[in-house]
Parts: sequence; C-alpha cells; structure tokens
Amino acid sequence: MSADFYYGVEVFLNGLMAGVLYALVALGFVLIYKASGIFNYAQGVMALFAALTLASIIEGQVPFARLINATFGTEIHDFGWRVPVLLAIVLSIGVMVAFAWLVQRLVFRHLVGQAPIILFMATIGLAYFLEGFGDLMWGSEIKTLDIGIPQGGNRWIEEHSAFLGGDDFYGFFIDNLDIVAALVAAVLVAGLVAFAQYSKQGRAMRAVADDHQAALSVGISLDFIWVLVWSLAGFVALVAGVMWGAKSGVQFSLSLIALKALPVLMLGGFTSIPGAIVGGLIIGVGEKLFEYLVGAPYLGGATENWFAYVVALLFLVFRPQGLFGEKIIERV
Amino acid sequence: MQDAGTTITADGRTIGPVVMEMKNITLRFGGVVAIQDISFDIREGEIRAIIGPNGAGKSSMLNVISGFYVPQEGEVWFKGEKRPPMKPFEVARQGIARTFQNIALFEGMTVLDNIMTGRLTRMKAGLLAQMIWKGRAEEEEIENREAVEKIIDFLEIQHIRKTPVGRLPYGLKKRVELARALAAEPSILLLDEPMAGMNVEEKEDMSRFILDVNDEYGTTIALIEHDMGVVMDLSDRVVVMDYGKKIGDGTPDEVRNNQAVIDAYLGVAHD
Ligand SMILES: Nc1ncnc2c1ncn2[C@@H]1O[C@H](COP(=O)(O)OP(=O)(O)O)[C@@H](O)[C@H]1O
Ligand SMILES: [Mg+2]
Repeated sequence: MSADFYYGVEVFLNGLMAGVLYALVALGFVLIYKASGIFNYAQGVMALFAALTLASIIEGQVPFARLINATFGTEIHDFGWRVPVLLAIVLSIGVMVAFAWLVQRLVFRHLVGQAPIILFMATIGLAYFLEGFGDLMWGSEIKTLDIGIPQGGNRWIEEHSAFLGGDDFYGFFIDNLDIVAALVAAVLVAGLVAFAQYSKQGRAMRAVADDHQAALSVGISLDFIWVLVWSLAGFVALVAGVMWGAKSGVQFSLSLIALKALPVLMLGGFTSIPGAIVGGLIIGVGEKLFEYLVGAPYLGGATENWFAYVVALLFLVFRPQGLFGEKIIERV
Repeated sequence: MQDAGTTITADGRTIGPVVMEMKNITLRFGGVVAIQDISFDIREGEIRAIIGPNGAGKSSMLNVISGFYVPQEGEVWFKGEKRPPMKPFEVARQGIARTFQNIALFEGMTVLDNIMTGRLTRMKAGLLAQMIWKGRAEEEEIENREAVEKIIDFLEIQHIRKTPVGRLPYGLKKRVELARALAAEPSILLLDEPMAGMNVEEKEDMSRFILDVNDEYGTTIALIEHDMGVVMDLSDRVVVMDYGKKIGDGTPDEVRNNQAVIDAYLGVAHD
C-alpha cells in the first residue's frame, strides 16, 4: 500500500475522533427528546456553561464576582486556591444537576402539555439566558481548560505505525486528547446504557419515553424523570464541553458545536441512542474524508463547514426517519 | 349483608369494611358535567362494578379515583382518611393500580419489561444504593423477577414473555395490562372495561382471572363493564351511572330490578 492510503486511514481515524464529540452532543439531545419530546436548543450552551464552570472552579474563581463587587464595592475575584480536577468535576456535576432541577421546576413544569413548538421556543430562551448567566457567574474571558491530559500527538502510535507505509509515511498522528475523549465517551455511553437497562430509574426513564400515561399509572413521577434526564444531559454536556474546551479553549464557539449535532440527529434519528453515536461517527469521518479526497483537491477546501448539512439534507429527502428510526408510513 | 364490619359472601369470600369512599364528587369539563354529585363506597375485598351507557361518566369516575382527573367538588376518602389532592403517580404508590379503556402499555418494550415496570413502586433501592451496594439491588431484582414470573404463569402468557407489546393482538394486550397492574400487588385494582372488544372465549378467561385475583389475593376490585351478563356474574355490588348521575346502587339483583336502571338501559344500544 502506498503512503497515500495510510494518510487516508489517518484522516479516517481523526474523523472518528471528531465524530465522538458530535455523538456526545447529539446524545444529550436524544436523552431529553426521548423522555419529554423537548428539542433542547440549549444543549450546546449547556456544554459551554459546563466547561466554563469547570474551568472557573479549577482556577478558584469566585462566582458572580462582578455582581458582588458592583453591589458591595468590593474587589474580590479569586479564592486564591486551585481546586483539584476531580473535585472540580464533582462540583461541576452538582451545578449541572442543580441547573436541571431549576429548569424543570421553573420552566418546563409549567409547560406540560404544550405544543412542541412552544417547548422548543422555551429552550431557545433558555439558551440565551444560560449564555448570559454564564457570563454573569464566571465572566466572559476565554479560559483555558487544563485537566492534565498531555497535549499533542500520541508518540507511541506514531512510532509503531510508521513502518506501515514505507519511506514517505511517518506513522499515524492522533491527538492524545482525542484518544482520551474517545475512551471517556465509550465508558460514558456504556454506563448510560447499563443505567437505562438495569437500574430502577433507568427502567422508569424508558417507561416515560414510551408512554406518559402508562408511566404515571405505575407510580413514576414524570417530574423526577425529567430532572433526571436533564441532569444526564447536563453531564453529557460537561464531558463534551471539557473535551472541546481542553482542545480549543472555553469560548463561545463551543456552543456552536450544537449546530453540528443537528445533522447528526437527522442521520441517527431523534430518539435513538445508537443512532446518535453512529450518526456522530459517520458525520465526523465523512466530513474529514470528503475534505481529504474531494474537497481539498477539487473544490478548493473548507468543505467541512457544509458537508454534514448536505448529508442531512439528502437524508431528509430519502430517509426522513434516519438510519435507525422506524419507517414513517403516512396513514390516509 | 350488613353495613359495618365484615361480611361473608355466599361463595365464602370475606368482604371487609369500607376502604374507599367517594363523597359528593362533581367533575366538569367546561360546560360538560361528566360527574354530578355522586357518592358511593368500595369495601375491602369486594368486586364493585360501575355500569352505564356510553358517556355516562364511568371512566371519569375511575380517573378521579386514580388521580388522573381532579374533581371540582367532593372528597375522596381512603382507609378512613380524607385524601389530599394527589398526582396519579402518588395514588399508584398508595397501592392503587389501574388499567385503561384504551390500553396504555409501553409499546416498545417486551411483555416481561412491561410487567416489570409494575414493580417499580415496590423497588426500594435508591439511585446511589444501586451504584454502591450492588448486592442489595440484585437481590431485589431477583425477588421482583420471581413475583413477575408468578403473574405471568397465573395469566397464562408465558409464550409471549419476550414479545414486544406493540406486536400483540388486542386481547393479549388487555391481559398484559392487567398483569402489569397486578405486578404492583395493589390493594385496590381499577379496571376500565377489561373485556371490551374481546370474543366470548377471551371474556370468559378474563372473568376467571378477575375472580381468581380477588379470591386468591383478596384484592379489592372496581371495574367498569358494558356487558350486563358479565357484571351480574362477577360483582358483589353495582353502581349505575347515566348522564353523570348515579341512578342505582346495590347488589346485582337489586340493580336489575331498579326501574330507573331499566329505563336507562331500554333503547340504549350497548354492546
Ligand atoms: N378529558 C376530557 N376532556 C373533556 N371531556 C371529557 C374528558 N373525559 C371525559 N369527558 C366527557 O365526560 C363525559 C363522560 O365521559 P366518560 O367518563 O369517558 O364516559 P364513559 O366512560 O361512561 O363512557 C363525556 O361527555 C366525555 O366527552
Ligand atoms: Mg369509558
């Protein structure tokens, strides 16, 4: 095989890694959508907010410092300590659970039975609110997020794969961060599936996703399940936010990865967890390979910006139920 | 028959004191009065039927008992205490299970999984306990599985245990829904037209199951049924509703000879 082939493989592998992130964000959407029929536009902002919270807690920043200083004329910014990463992650999860509870309590509890478009509008409001709230709580500077994962390519893989492609090939270049992200995502997904399949709350979650009335009749509190899925979505957002933030810094563009999750959902279906994962990987690989094979050589590059949407559009036309959804049959 | 204390029926079952009492219930939907000032009680261990023509308000009454509808007026008394306004899931957790006229099952789950959800109110291990103390959770799962298998045997649905409910015919769905309700080991079971849309054989099976549940577990049962013959065979006492009002209440014999009931049923096409 020629070196070109192995560079193609490398592009494929890197695409998989990018896909993991898309899959994570899409997973957050699916969790909430399945259980409550809410299309959560705020999922991307939740990832941003979660990463921002984690970065700020690690740095020992005082929450609402600006507000406190403006009100009391003080000049405080930091506690003057650094919080260990693990503890900071636990605290951040706590913040996301509190957020989930508040969202259910203050917003969606009052919108039960409303049309999907109303619920969707509410999540748009929520997205902008959360963005502003994040600013107010932690400030708007771009933060670096260092959770101790070594940056740069993985040397071991590079050295041990160099022999494959002859003299022109120097081994696969794969980012350490991406490898960690992929592993964390795999563990997370396995954990979620086990939780949904075997725990009491998981069974209740599946019940609510299937039929609200029946769920109530067997003693399931919809309120509780909704807080639970928003918490899980918050947790998934945290993982996605951390992985992205560690790579590119915690900044507003993070909330835009949510837009990449949309084509993933078109592909995987809005209610399928395997769909979100496979869809994410396909989009990730697809856009990288397309750029490498077609985009860069023939179309002047930058096809990654639109490739996913074109694929989504094709799916909308030819297979609107997505890869794993059941065939939609119009009753006449 | 006597009012307080317990009664032994002709077939040897024990019927205890009043366990649930509806007092002057009125339920309106906008201008429609679905239930108008109705009172009746349910005694422990009895099979209590609610009958009446279509639109009489029977399902509404069951929905009030199970917390799905909140009446504008009236009180619900349960085990000698006035029940505060409750959500349906809270009522279920008090040991009151139900089925629906239009079947509400988890279509995407297997029969076994559907029935397992009926055990949710019985599962104690909390979220954290399950993660930390896996042994206890597993023990509980095994207990629950045993209870569910017993119900599956009892209702003779072994052959469809692993079938997704969405693929089952109507009659079997009704049976699975009953199984799920039974899985909660309820003290009161509410059945909304458990035999609607069934053929004669299926109706006979269902009648037998209802009688057996009541007999073996002493479960109190309130059921809505259209088929007069079935009702007369099954129930200890009958409430008759028409246009949201109660027009009769008593033993099957008393009700059968009640002129208001006869009038309500004359000329009303009921299936
Ligand atoms: N959720 C509801 N919203 C509006 N009207 C209802 C609702 N449920 C029942 N009704 C009305 O209440 C009346 C009684 O209905 P129902 O209790 O279903 O009767 P039955 O079960 O005896 O056939 C009917 O007129 C019905 O249209
Ligand atoms: Mg009815």
